[in-house]
Amino acid sequence: MTEQREHVEAAPPHMGSVLKMMSRATYFREAALRNLFLLCAVAAVAGVALIFVFVGVRGWPVVQDPGLAAFLFGSEWSATNDAFGILPLVTGTLVVTIGALLLGAPLAIGTAVFLSEIASPRMRSIVRPAVEMLAGVPSVVFGFFGLVILRPVVAALTGGMGFGPLTASVILAVMIVPTISTLTEDALRSVAPGIRHASYAMGATTWQTIYKVLLPAAKIGIIDATILGMGRAIGETMAVVMVAGNAPQFFAGLGEPIVTLTSQIVIDMSYASGTHRTALFGLAIILFLISMGLVALVRTLSRHAERQG
Amino acid sequence: MGKRWANRIAIGTLWFCGLTTVAILGAVIVYVFVRGIGQITPEFIFTKPHGVNAEGGIGPTIIATLYVTGLSMLIVTPIAVLAAVYLAEYAVQGRLVNAIRFAADTLASVPSIVMGLFGFAFFVESMGLGFSVLSGALALAFLMLPIVMRATEEAIRSVPRYIRWGSYGLGASQWQTVSRIVLPAASPRILTGLILAMGRAVGETAVVIFTMGQAIYLPLLPTDPGRSMTVHLYMLAMEGINMEAAYGTALLLMAMVLSFNLSARWLSNKNRRLQG
Repeated sequence: MTEQREHVEAAPPHMGSVLKMMSRATYFREAALRNLFLLCAVAAVAGVALIFVFVGVRGWPVVQDPGLAAFLFGSEWSATNDAFGILPLVTGTLVVTIGALLLGAPLAIGTAVFLSEIASPRMRSIVRPAVEMLAGVPSVVFGFFGLVILRPVVAALTGGMGFGPLTASVILAVMIVPTISTLTEDALRSVAPGIRHASYAMGATTWQTIYKVLLPAAKIGIIDATILGMGRAIGETMAVVMVAGNAPQFFAGLGEPIVTLTSQIVIDMSYASGTHRTALFGLAIILFLISMGLVALVRTLSRHAERQG
Repeated sequence: MGKRWANRIAIGTLWFCGLTTVAILGAVIVYVFVRGIGQITPEFIFTKPHGVNAEGGIGPTIIATLYVTGLSMLIVTPIAVLAAVYLAEYAVQGRLVNAIRFAADTLASVPSIVMGLFGFAFFVESMGLGFSVLSGALALAFLMLPIVMRATEEAIRSVPRYIRWGSYGLGASQWQTVSRIVLPAASPRILTGLILAMGRAVGETAVVIFTMGQAIYLPLLPTDPGRSMTVHLYMLAMEGINMEAAYGTALLLMAMVLSFNLSARWLSNKNRRLQG
């Protein structure tokens, strides 16, 4: 792992070792290929631009109808009343995301610390693949699992149907564990081993070393991991649709149905038209901007940390 | 005494975290397996659903899933691999490379439902491809691009530098070095990354539901519509009809995704052993 990191940070290996003398044909072929590869790499930039343009063009008319203020600060979302205010959806997303982080982040960070500091190699060879496989489980399967197993349990606890923020948060918490755990483990592993040894040599226990030395040293990495986990929770769609209950109302209790930005799109898309459909694309713009903002935040934080360290 | 007890409690808690994660995965797998295994018959796998409650099999949805996944990998692999070659072998740190990496990170974190709406607006409507396997594959390709790019770049960077020096020392050009030395050496790890990406594509729902459509149809041409297994599972579960078929579909879906995952793992372990 550490060796790989070293390669990643190293300068391109060819520097200065490219042929200085070559035939004109070779020169042109090399240049053509180089530009072809550049073109492929720029495809990523083009992809982001295309998404922005196509979703943006379809969603932009919300500024006129129902109007930006009515869209962003309206408290009713109802296709029959032609009201498309996103506040209930935003609070829904906020509630399930906070719930998922409260439940999922400690579990994920605990798992990461366990993997990097406590587990024997044998134990690690069981837990780490499990974390990776958890990342591969399709979101509909998580949603289905939540629907048939978790929902009845929550229903018994809260006395409703079991659809709502609690069920959604638990499922989302499980889904963000791999994201946060993998990145946190990377951050912990990149802490120089000498720091650990120094702490143990001072007579610190394993827990003191973890709590007072390793976690502070890996702080930025852990914050980054949590932000990306948060992004995953905000953007997760299918699992939430299946367990949230999908009623565009404000948070009224852990067992009362709510809806999120993502799930409202899935629910309405099949029949929406006109302003309604435009509003759905408006939701997509907001989701896109949120995810882009979180990525920018993570990059800024990491760069800041690099400059300091 | 205080610090020793604190230590014991903390380590116990960390063990609990690690084991809980494993237990959750175990619970999902065991539950889906136990409830679904009774459904798995040749008839379920190969025949079409029929009737109001979607009795019968899920054959067309399996074909549609494999079709759209395969096609999207065909589209994305060359672009993503060459893009990674550029980033790992050619690029010089600068504004352009920064923009590319930022774009790739953004693309990787775009919620899949946004990708679904984009695919609908761009491929289905603007390009006039309609609900089709091709629309679905193109939209999925956007989702897979950053994943395959990252896996390939890491694979290329893990090839030791001295191998390249040997090649340059013999007078090879940069392209000769990349195509005959670096890519072959990185290929097992690239393949691992591709298989993992395929597992991800098989499990994707929100993208294909608005690009490939929801009609049960056996797609033959890339322009045909289809319903993927994930969409089928979603519909069955949400409508609450025929839960038996839902369990069966969930099991087959998990089996497919896990087999992609396990074969990638097996491949990378074998490769590590070979390299010593």
